[in-house]
Amino acid sequence: MMDILQILLSESFWAASLRIATPLIFGVLGALLCEKSGVLNLGIEGIFVAGAMAGWLAVWAGAGLWGGVLVAALAGGFFGLIHAILTVPLGLSQHVSGLGVTLFATSVSYFIYRTALPNVSSPPRIEPFRALDIPILSDLPFVGPVIFQQTAMTMLALFMVLVVWYVLNRTALGVALQAVGDNPDSVDAQGLSVYGLRIGAVVAGSSLMALGGAFLTMSAFDAFFFGMVNGRGWICIALVIFASWRPGKALLGALLFGAFDALQVRLQTEVGAFVPGQVFLMAPYVLSIIALVVAARKADYPRALLHPWFKGQR
Amino acid sequence: MNMDKVLSLNGLTKRFGTVVANDAVDLDLHKGEVLALLGENGAGKTTLMNMLFGHYMPDAGTVDVADADGTMRPLPLGHPQAALAAGIGMVHQHFTLAENLSALDNIVLGAEPLWHPRRNRAGARKKIKGIMARSGLVAPLDTRVGRLSVGERQRVEILKALYRDARILVLDEPTAVLTPQEADMLFENIGAMTADGLSVIFISHKLREVLAFSQRIAVLRHGVKVGEIATKDADERVIARMMVGADTPTTPRTKMTPGAPVLHLSGVSVHGHSKRDSLNNIDLDVHQYEILGIAGVSGNGQTVLAGLISGLQRADTGQITVDGAEITRPNPRMMIRAGVGRIPEDRHHDGIIGAMSVAENMVIERLNDPEIQSRGLLNREAIQQNAERLVQEYDVRGPGADAPARLLSGGNIQKLILARVFEQGPRLILANQPTRGLDMGAAAEVGRRLLVARARGAGVVLISEDLDEILGLADRIMVIHDGQLHAANTRDREEIGLMMAGEHSDEHSAKHSGVSA
Amino acid sequence: MIRIEPRNAPSRLMTTGIPVLSAVVALALAAIPLAFAGAPIGPAYVQMFRGVFGSMFAFSEMLTRATPLIFTGLAAALAFRARLWNIGAEGQLYLGAMAAVAIGTGVLDVPGIVLLPMIIILGAAAGAAGMAVPALLKTRFGADEVVTTLLLNFIILIFLQMMLEGPLKDPMGLGWPQSAPILDQGMLPTLMTRMRVHSGLILALVVAAIAQFMLVRSVWGFRLRAVGENAAAARHAGISVNRSLFSVAIISGGLAGLAGVSEVAGLKGYLTADLSPGFGYTGIVVAMLAGLSPAGVVLAALFIASVFVGADSMSRAMGVSSYLADLVVAMSLLCVLIGGFFARYRITRTARAAQ
Repeated sequence: MMDILQILLSESFWAASLRIATPLIFGVLGALLCEKSGVLNLGIEGIFVAGAMAGWLAVWAGAGLWGGVLVAALAGGFFGLIHAILTVPLGLSQHVSGLGVTLFATSVSYFIYRTALPNVSSPPRIEPFRALDIPILSDLPFVGPVIFQQTAMTMLALFMVLVVWYVLNRTALGVALQAVGDNPDSVDAQGLSVYGLRIGAVVAGSSLMALGGAFLTMSAFDAFFFGMVNGRGWICIALVIFASWRPGKALLGALLFGAFDALQVRLQTEVGAFVPGQVFLMAPYVLSIIALVVAARKADYPRALLHPWFKGQR
Repeated sequence: MNMDKVLSLNGLTKRFGTVVANDAVDLDLHKGEVLALLGENGAGKTTLMNMLFGHYMPDAGTVDVADADGTMRPLPLGHPQAALAAGIGMVHQHFTLAENLSALDNIVLGAEPLWHPRRNRAGARKKIKGIMARSGLVAPLDTRVGRLSVGERQRVEILKALYRDARILVLDEPTAVLTPQEADMLFENIGAMTADGLSVIFISHKLREVLAFSQRIAVLRHGVKVGEIATKDADERVIARMMVGADTPTTPRTKMTPGAPVLHLSGVSVHGHSKRDSLNNIDLDVHQYEILGIAGVSGNGQTVLAGLISGLQRADTGQITVDGAEITRPNPRMMIRAGVGRIPEDRHHDGIIGAMSVAENMVIERLNDPEIQSRGLLNREAIQQNAERLVQEYDVRGPGADAPARLLSGGNIQKLILARVFEQGPRLILANQPTRGLDMGAAAEVGRRLLVARARGAGVVLISEDLDEILGLADRIMVIHDGQLHAANTRDREEIGLMMAGEHSDEHSAKHSGVSA
Repeated sequence: MIRIEPRNAPSRLMTTGIPVLSAVVALALAAIPLAFAGAPIGPAYVQMFRGVFGSMFAFSEMLTRATPLIFTGLAAALAFRARLWNIGAEGQLYLGAMAAVAIGTGVLDVPGIVLLPMIIILGAAAGAAGMAVPALLKTRFGADEVVTTLLLNFIILIFLQMMLEGPLKDPMGLGWPQSAPILDQGMLPTLMTRMRVHSGLILALVVAAIAQFMLVRSVWGFRLRAVGENAAAARHAGISVNRSLFSVAIISGGLAGLAGVSEVAGLKGYLTADLSPGFGYTGIVVAMLAGLSPAGVVLAALFIASVFVGADSMSRAMGVSSYLADLVVAMSLLCVLIGGFFARYRITRTARAAQ
């Protein structure tokens, strides 16, 4: 028991939690933007892969780290646009289209990676984002190591929480986005474009998701592996329900999740002799299902989620 | 009356496939005028206004609108933005409000620049307050629209248009969801607004309010404008004939003696999330050979009451007895077996499975019937024969028994449901808003079928917002308001209207009696 | 101005023609990645065709590949018909395979006439149990089955690794995480000598025929279609929606479990963690290409299997990444989705109103 308490009080534990949470923060924010506008984006898993691959490949080809981030965001936006066109003006099944985009983005990424690097046995490495060293801030006790010694991408993720919150709650654009996810007719009757808002939200959300993938290859690790996303996208879909579509709660959910994951890694070293390691590997997925079950009944879904809207049909 | 023209529709035509919804309709509107656009359901009123507002693109015709200086200019068609900019505001029958936003946000939505980093809510609030003061339309601005009453939501809808400086306001069936008193108040507000220079078109099929509140009446029938008349020269008979083309025969209701009770509710309560889905200690009896009419403005507990009788909903307290047998844990199947025939409120959503065939929809409540299936396999011949017979008998018109049910028109979908319900020889029939959205012919057919069932000994619960329909069909009337049910000891529409608004004297003595017609 | 109008009823030509067209378009689009990879396009297509139809062996390999896809395609098609989004066929497949090796590798040394049916039944039951959990979470707690089945795939895969390193590990396996081989009498017999195609294919075809018949002719199928098309109306008409969903969940999971049984007891003989190269997910594509019709699933599975086998052969010969096959499969799903749109809607251009 004391051991757990000790872990919970350590700087390194919370630093690890935030690090693990970072891709999820991007992913949950992205899924939240899409769903707030009324579109479920199950392309997320594939978009993570695409972001991870595209960002890494760009850096490997010499684009620089921030160039890689930009390329990842563009790749995410591209696959988001496919999903948006299929589900918004064409009104096709958001479930099936999303899965299709996941399959497509994943296979495109793998194909391009294999074609660019046909004969490598061990994946080539890049120089990833380094831990920040900000004067004063990084030297603060506790807060310094936990927050301000992370990489720039983690800072970007935290900043995006603020941005998404501000846009949704304090700007006319955000109000329109919330309206289109509740009742598209309300937006149409006021002369705004339902399609434009939804497509924009899905493309922007997908770019955010891709940054989650890019974090994996450019910050957490320094190379691209097949299967490295490993269900993180699906976890985000569960977390967004748990977060009841609020950016603040999304951050909290991702952090809680990161904390549990960091805890299980540490517990594994403590009790690993008695319990098979796989039990701990399962934990994040089991946890996501539990979070979903707990949140599902009282979840306040955007009313228009999953409902296509056609112009001129009311 | 100022006779400056502010709007003219010239030869507007709209076809949906082979159906002509509007055929070369001309219409003028003058400044400060209240024009009633009258017609049966399906006459093309809403289509015409949707073209004006840019939701539909006309196949032919033009629209001219006066600008702020009074010069007539052509309106670019097919663009809601252009209509808004030209000063046209539309209040749809189905409100176009985002329920997760406040009234203020809904009003301002689309009127402020989307990409600006900040919003000017204080300025917006000031402008809205000014409009409220001038028009008398008051609604709470900071409450989420999902929590507002129907009347308040309608006022928010109108405020939306006025906030956009509308000079022309189109109201589509504005009183459908209001009590008679609320409706009167709405027209009072409209009076204040027209005095201010606003011009109003309101769509309706209610002769009474059209005669009382408009200055001019235009009548549409089958997509064609069949007449225009100054209201002072009109009476009910004249415009009804214009609307329908001929006097419709109404089925005479013969007097009958009620028999044994078929449905008995005592002390039934349902505690829902809101007033809309709650019932508070209601008592109700329906006998053989009688139609009990339940009047009320929608959203006062009708849905829950219908849910109880359909078996979709369970009561939290109280007792429900069908034909003498108590129903403890109701479900739809149990109710069907107990002899309850159900005509649902939303016939498209709850009544039919659009993708399945007419024939399949006709047997969907009889899947355990040995005539329809044996050992788990469908008897396709029997299903086919059943469908062909019922299509004949109930005159279900459409592409045939094998076609998907969604291809039927609203009236024919209702006939399909009637066929399904009446074929079972039900002891009790629940008819929830059975004529909503039907044209007069189809509505008359529904009424006739209900009276036939009554003559055969069934008890009928008729839930309707249309007071005229209840007065025409019901032997006994109760009023539902705020989840409570009260017997109406009168057939006077004014008094019943007051009860619908929640005003009732002497309620306890009235509760159990109820006057027979 | 462009308008989208629903068509009255899609013609038979469209409902069958569109999936075929989508498949052809997706295949044609493969030229883009082929060009990107620098392969000669014409010869590459020829090689793909030969890889499937060039020899009896190649063709039998395609049939072998199609077998699990028929099962997972049926699993997805039936569930999707009821609007139950079972995306967990991959996990259920492994549950079926685990059940098969759990009893088939020597625990019960009984004759094949007893053992084989037991393997099949238990494998199906294990898959069914795997789908029963998300179905229960959905009907009891309202937890979205898309997310739960997706996450369960990962949980089951980790569980599989745990089993393969633990109770199911082959003691003679030189330390590799793999199960012991299934007893000879527990194997599904092969259909042709020196070919890998096995009687799992017959089982798949029989199951597809039964599924087609039940969907169209039985009361169960009627209820399932009703629930899928309009759950509210089905409930109003006295159909128990939850019971229908649960029954189709069990059957869908069972079918996915059979895919695992067929792979392990028909093809591989023993279980490893890479038994399935995503058959569960590909089953979704098969089901969509089939228009969610069980009979169509057979044809769609044959097509997808041809793509995989043909592209494999081509990539070996020309050095193009074999992920090309996955790419074509993903593109066929997107194409059939778009094609389905044109089957249901018509895009009309309305001229500007004449002045």
